[in-house]
Amino acid sequence: MKQVYCRPESLKDNANSYCPGCGHGIVHRLVAEVIDELGVREKTVGIAPVGCAVFAYDYWNFDVTEAPHGRPPAVACAIKRVLPDRVVFTYQGDGDLASIGTNEIIHSANRSDNITVIFINNANYGMTGGQMAPTTLPGMKTTTTQNGRDVKVSGYPVRVCELLATLEGTRYLERVMITDPANINKAKKAIKKSFQTQLDGKGFSLVEVLSPCPVNWGKSPLDGLKFVKEEMTKYFKIGVIKDETIQ
Amino acid sequence: MKSKIHLMKGNEAIAESAILAGCRFYAGYPITPQNQIPEYMSWRMPEAGGSFIQAESELAAINMVLGASVAGARAMTSSSSPGISLKQEGISYMAGMELPALIVNMQRGGPGLGNIQGSQADYFQSVKGGGHGDYRLITLSPSTVQEAADLTAEAFYLADKYRNPVLLLSDGILGQMIEPVELSERKFPELPAKDYILDGCKGRKPRNLFSLMMGPGVLEKHNFKLAGKYAKIEASVRKFEKFKLEDADIVIVANGIIGRISKGAANLLRASGVKCGVFRPISLWPFPYSEIKAAAAKAKKILVVEQNMGQMVEDVRLAVLDDSKVSFFGRPGGGCPVPEEIAAKVREIIK
Repeated sequence: MKQVYCRPESLKDNANSYCPGCGHGIVHRLVAEVIDELGVREKTVGIAPVGCAVFAYDYWNFDVTEAPHGRPPAVACAIKRVLPDRVVFTYQGDGDLASIGTNEIIHSANRSDNITVIFINNANYGMTGGQMAPTTLPGMKTTTTQNGRDVKVSGYPVRVCELLATLEGTRYLERVMITDPANINKAKKAIKKSFQTQLDGKGFSLVEVLSPCPVNWGKSPLDGLKFVKEEMTKYFKIGVIKDETIQ
Repeated sequence: MKSKIHLMKGNEAIAESAILAGCRFYAGYPITPQNQIPEYMSWRMPEAGGSFIQAESELAAINMVLGASVAGARAMTSSSSPGISLKQEGISYMAGMELPALIVNMQRGGPGLGNIQGSQADYFQSVKGGGHGDYRLITLSPSTVQEAADLTAEAFYLADKYRNPVLLLSDGILGQMIEPVELSERKFPELPAKDYILDGCKGRKPRNLFSLMMGPGVLEKHNFKLAGKYAKIEASVRKFEKFKLEDADIVIVANGIIGRISKGAANLLRASGVKCGVFRPISLWPFPYSEIKAAAAKAKKILVVEQNMGQMVEDVRLAVLDDSKVSFFGRPGGGCPVPEEIAAKVREIIK
């Protein structure tokens, strides 16, 4: 009998600690599937962030280290320079990448470090209990914006892909969402392209994944998906933001 | 570079010595008075087949060093006091993850932006913590350009041997001072292969490196393990110089460049009949408590001299356990005593 679906070798057989309806489990699996399909599991080094995905090393079945909050691009840059033939990627949330680690991500992109960045945008700080993130939508309620984000007080959500697109060093930037099977397939395709960009030695690439965080949003898992699709995409446009992989 | 005598700045000698010791990764950020280290590394490191990165910040630089160490390279960064404050995050993480690396601090005056004169004001930061958490940094204090080069080479060996970051705690004076220095590849005992690095799991199980330990009791166990390692280091890494201590009534305790200047003071005092010697701690952590205690037992008075308002003196008091014997003389904010000044202070306390 032909096997059509199984756990990827790059994913450990461990139950994950994520909340019901969380997007991390889906994205972890997509990364694992891509690494299997590219045949690079034994030469991959992943960098887990500080945040919900800090335990990624419990789930991925390849070498994974942890970096201080916001610093995964600096750590990845060095690993890639020391071991240029390995596949190096960071997996970062919005607090990690777009707030405390803004400096690191901008300069990694600007150096065109030949790494892959998987960026999870769920519009809040998940692990610490749902505080405002740089990606929190205007008017969105969080534990530190209890009447909704007031842009006069807290500024505007940061569009990371568009920001990075202005830098010469970025080669491929795409924003995806994981709200339904068709979009999950698109997300996987983008993640695969990002790793392929690295394998081809072309330089820095990043895939931003709009991902639900229903528990902190005070929504059911289904309403969480709806919020991503109907609200987040109004501000964060889905699609390829920059592609210089074919020249 | 073949073994021969060179005329070099302390900063350059440290950089070349690191290359000769097999350092193949450097990341740093400009700050005076240590800029000759990144400047030298920017051309020398690629020549040696390694990576040099001018990082976007000290935070990025120390985390690049963390990453290079994860990947198995001998790695270093350098900075001066304000920049070293920024690096404390990465240093704490590396201590927790047990990652070797060399961090060089060419101290300048503080607090805050301070000035760019030599200083010893980062003693507390270096040996009492600096970053958060229950950890220790092997801290080495050179007093000559030659010693800075020698300790740089040894620092990489100690870092790898104990899987612990090592701090070379020097200062702006030594960084800028030009002296003859002999550089060569030093021989150290062979170290076991690094069986913890992350370089892809080909032919082995996947590995992880982390400092988050959330399970019940896991972090406590890790801290006990670290404490055991620190105890081993304390028992085996104690470095110091004894200068004319055999018959000394007065013992000056001073480290680094001030230790060297204090030897000049001891010579002046001896010329006028005062039996003065110098105990110069080289490893500031581990601190040579018992050796200082022994030196103090035979002396009438101890004078601690520092380029700060009294930091190492606390450890000397802990070693001597007789406050009536211990006096302090400090020049903070980049002030630097001459031998005559130290000798005058000694004469004052023995009056």
